[in-house]
This record gives sequence, structure tokens and C-alpha cells, in this order.
Amino acid sequence: MSENCFGILAEFKSPHDLLSAAEKLRGKGYKNFDAYSPFPIHGMDEATGIKPSILGWIVLVGGALGLSAGFGLQTWVSTSAYKIIVSGKPLFSYQAFVPVTFELMVLFAAFFTVFGMFALNKLPMHYHPLLKSKNFESVTSHGYFIAIESSDPQFNSAENVLIEVGGSNIEKIEE
Amino acid sequence: MTYLTDDQIVKEEVIRKPLVTGAYDFKQLTNVVSKPVESKPPSWWLIGLVCSLSLLLLLKAMLVYLVWEGVGVWGLNNPVGWGFAIVNFVFWVGIGHAGTLISAILFLFRQKWRTAINRFAEAMTIFAVMAAGIFPAFHIGRVWVAYWLFPIPNSMAMWPNFRSPLLWDVFAVSTYFTVSLLFWYVGLIPDIAMIRDRAKSKIKAKVYGIFALGWRGANRHWQHYEKAYLILAALATPLVLSVHSIVSFDFAVSQLPGWHTTIFPPYFVAGAIFSGFSMVVTLMVLARILFKMENIMTIHHLECMNKIILATGMMVGYAYGMEFFMAWYSAYEYEAFAFINRAFGPYSWAYWIMISCNVISPQLFWSKKCRTSIPIMFIVSIFVNIGMWFERFVITVTSLHRDFLPSSWGYYSPTWVDVCTFIGSFGLFFTMFLLFLKFLPMIAIFEVKAVLPEANPHPEDH
Repeated sequence: MSENCFGILAEFKSPHDLLSAAEKLRGKGYKNFDAYSPFPIHGMDEATGIKPSILGWIVLVGGALGLSAGFGLQTWVSTSAYKIIVSGKPLFSYQAFVPVTFELMVLFAAFFTVFGMFALNKLPMHYHPLLKSKNFESVTSHGYFIAIESSDPQFNSAENVLIEVGGSNIEKIEE
Repeated sequence: MTYLTDDQIVKEEVIRKPLVTGAYDFKQLTNVVSKPVESKPPSWWLIGLVCSLSLLLLLKAMLVYLVWEGVGVWGLNNPVGWGFAIVNFVFWVGIGHAGTLISAILFLFRQKWRTAINRFAEAMTIFAVMAAGIFPAFHIGRVWVAYWLFPIPNSMAMWPNFRSPLLWDVFAVSTYFTVSLLFWYVGLIPDIAMIRDRAKSKIKAKVYGIFALGWRGANRHWQHYEKAYLILAALATPLVLSVHSIVSFDFAVSQLPGWHTTIFPPYFVAGAIFSGFSMVVTLMVLARILFKMENIMTIHHLECMNKIILATGMMVGYAYGMEFFMAWYSAYEYEAFAFINRAFGPYSWAYWIMISCNVISPQLFWSKKCRTSIPIMFIVSIFVNIGMWFERFVITVTSLHRDFLPSSWGYYSPTWVDVCTFIGSFGLFFTMFLLFLKFLPMIAIFEVKAVLPEANPHPEDH
């Protein structure tokens, strides 16, 4: 296929049609395609056959980092950098470090969640071939689409297959 | 009474009230929600903005005057070193809690009705925490060195004291603000993309496009997105409970009768949710009429809110009673005096305003008629806002003004600067809120769509 083609875009009528079309495409052995919808659709991950998100592990790392950074900072400050004795309490009064440790754990975990999600989704990506399509503008409101990308081995028959599974408004998207 | 079988519960065959009334399809829903962002602002909005900006100016003038003259322009004295500033801080932070409760806790509980109001309530959280942050920042006296509160390496080789609850508060409130902002923004991305795709002008498409980050509704994106949303909700839930607990430690960790009690953390959290929900009701009643969104923010939503106001109001009432019980049961005479002084001492007027607004007025919500009546819920929500402000006033001032030694007793009254600063903080809150209503979709529309029956790809299952 030509070098400068991103893929073929097709529109579907309802979440139900989109889901069954995705299932059929997967059944026919298509891999490099994705469904686009204004809201997440239940069961679409299984229908398109994508692996579960690994975001949870990223957040775990962030939380562990925040927890140890928070506790480490407080211990270092209180026992070595700036020793203040308050009411005769020991310098290493770890009980008092719990709130700040907890807050920093949540803070780091939240940053890792958001920026981890951005990284996994490759956002921000302000240029994308699909965003040039006029018809595709309804994807954030009420439109349901599937695009088969030109990198798919069976891309040559993509146009016909999309019609076969119920797609309309077939459009070729330039890179 | 009929009981539901497990099978019915699993399949959600419970008869539920529709979340959106009036037969809208997805396109019409988009139109309704985008309308305020896309049309010219109505005249009430402009009037409201002018009023809020004037109050914001008042706030600025008061703060400049404070910095110029010194903290002496406030009514603080010895023994009452915590006056309006701390009262207002706790009041505003408390209001913020409703937003996180709605967006995070109700999300984890799968309360679908939250979708119509969560964006709105989260915005309220962020602006309320902004208003709250001003007070302790200026209360420290030398606001230009407020950064000393943070562990930043400096030429004085000085570090903060991590064993102080006041420092915990710095971390709790700033974490809370940051996480709320992240949560709010993540929720906004698909809706900002919707405004981008509908934008008529190039500049508008550019500006919204930058914040939409190139969102295009891909399923691969939705997968990570939903996971991120769930994790943020799971993080925000313990966070919101911790924030007001830590705020209560500011009081509870001290030795002062009336403050030094173990009931404070849960009592403060319940009070925060109580006050926050009433603020959401106040704002929602107005916004749904002014923006004609009665079909999305339905009476059913308001009724659910009022039930939570009733429940948390009862918890707060229970805490008031329990404080008295413990004062007697502890057989500690200073504690007993603190509470008798609260109810019958020089500040008894404030105490009884608090009781009538917080304990008596929500009782109206036992009746379905009152729960679903717009004028009644509006009035009750205003009462609760007033009552919760007075609760913080009562806790802060009555405990301080008469402690152990009668020779150091005193009486606190605010000065005009205190009062104007407080009024001015509403200017900040409402300015931000009105700008939000105009420039961002006030309803999390993709979430509303996702919980509607039409969004379910397996209609035959139900």
C-alpha cells in the first residue's frame, strides 16, 4: 500500500454495531485496528483483543517512591539535618511521620497515574491523521468509528471488510 | 415489602429512576451541555461576574492592607490567637470535600447518579481549596516567607518541624489541591476534546485543542484512561478522609479542653461532607435553572444529595451530643466547663445558631415533600452553610477564649477587616466558578452518556 496512507476509517451506527464489527474484524485476523467512541464501551477490550493495562504497576512504583521519599526526608531532617527537641520526644519519632508519609505517597502515586496514562497513550499528540477527517469530528459526541491501519498485513482488503461488517462512510485517511 | 433475589441484584433489575429525563439522544445531550460554552454569556452571568470581581477586589484590598499594617488589623488577641482566619480556612476546606466524595467515593460505590454532578462538584472543590489556602498563608504573619513551610534547601540551613500537625496540614492541603486538580483535568480531557471538535472558530479549536492533548476516543486510550480514573478515585478516597482528619489534628493534638478529643477526625470529616453537599445543592439549584439543565441535573439527583445531607447532619448532631457526654463522663472539670461555657457562656448565641442550622434544619429532609422541593432545599442548604461556618467559629473561639486560668480569659470579636476578608473570599470562589461555567463543560458528558442504557452494547442482557 502507499507510504503516506494512515488507514481506512469506517463509521458505525451504535455501540452495539461497533462492538460486533470489532469482534468480526478480530475473528478475521486483523490486528492493527482500533475502535473510536465518545465514551468507553463495555467489552471492547476483549473484542479488539488488547492486553490489560499495566498502569497499576506504574502507580505502585510511584506510591512506593513517594512513601520512601516522604519517610526518608522526615527521618533525615529530624535526626540529622535540623535536630529540634520538642517536648523531650525522641528525634526519630516515626509515629509523627505517618501523615506526611501518607500524603506524599498519594501525591506521587497520583502523578504517576496521570503521567503514566499520558505516556501509555502517547499523549499529548496534537497531530494525528484521524483528526483531519471532517466526519471523525463526531467521535467525541455521538460517532462510532473503526480505523484499520495501513501497517496491518491484511490491509489490502480492509475497505471491503469494513463494508462487510457494517461500516459506512468509508474514508481513506492520509498520513 | 418484596425482597430482591440475588439474581435480580446482579442483573440490576431493580427499577431505577432514569438518570436523564426527557428523551435526548447522544447528539442532543452534547448540544445541551456544550451550549453554555458556545453561546454568548447570559446577562445574569455578566452581572454575577461583575459582583464577584468586585468582591475579589475587596479581598485583595484587605490582604494588601493586612500586609501593609500587620496582623494587628485583625481582631486576634491573647488568648484568642486563632480567629476568623482559621475558621474560614476550615470552612472552605470542608466545602471542598463534597466534590471529592462525589467524584471518588461515589464512583467506587458505582453510584451512577453522580455523573451529572461530579464535574460541577469537583470544580467547587478546587476553588474552595484555593479560597481556603489564602487564610493560613496570611495568618502566618509574614506571607512573603510562606515557602519556609516547605522542605526547600535554603541558605539558613533550616528545615521544618515534621512533628507539628500544622506542617502535616501544609502537606495534606497542598496534596489535596494537586490531586483534585489532576483528577478534575483527567475527567475533563474527553469533554474538552468534544468542545474542540465542535468549535466554529480557529482560535477556539486551537486553545481547546491544546488542553484536549489530541484526544480522539480510541479504545486503546479509553482502556488506560479508565484505569487511571479508577486509580485516581481509589487514591482520592483515603486522601479526602485524611485531609480533614489532619485539619482536625490542628486542634485535637493540642492540650486545650474542647479541642483535645479523639472524636475530632471522624466528626470533622462528617461535617466537611455535610457542608460541602449543602454548598453543591445551593449552587446546583441555581445552575440547573439558569442553564436549563433540569433534565440532566434532575430532582432525583437533588433528592439523593439531600439524603446525604440528612445522614451527615445526623452524624454531626451525634458528635455534638457525644462531646457533651465525654465532657461529663471523663470527670475532667476543665472539659466539662468548656462545654457548659460553649452552650451557656458569652458565645452561646453562636452555639445555638450552629445547633439550629446543623441539627434542626436538616430534619425537614425526613419528608419526601421537603427533600424534593426546590425552595425548601435551597433554604436548608443555606442554613447548613451558615451553621457549619458557626460550628468552626464555636470550636475555635469558645475553646480559646476561656481555658485553664481565669485571669487570662478574654473575648474575641472580629474587626471590619476580618469580615471583609471573609466576604472577599466568596469573590474569589464565585469568580472562578462563573468562569468555569462559561468556559468548560459543567457536566461530565462522556460519563453521563456511558451510564445511559443506549450506551450498553448488549441490550439483550437486560
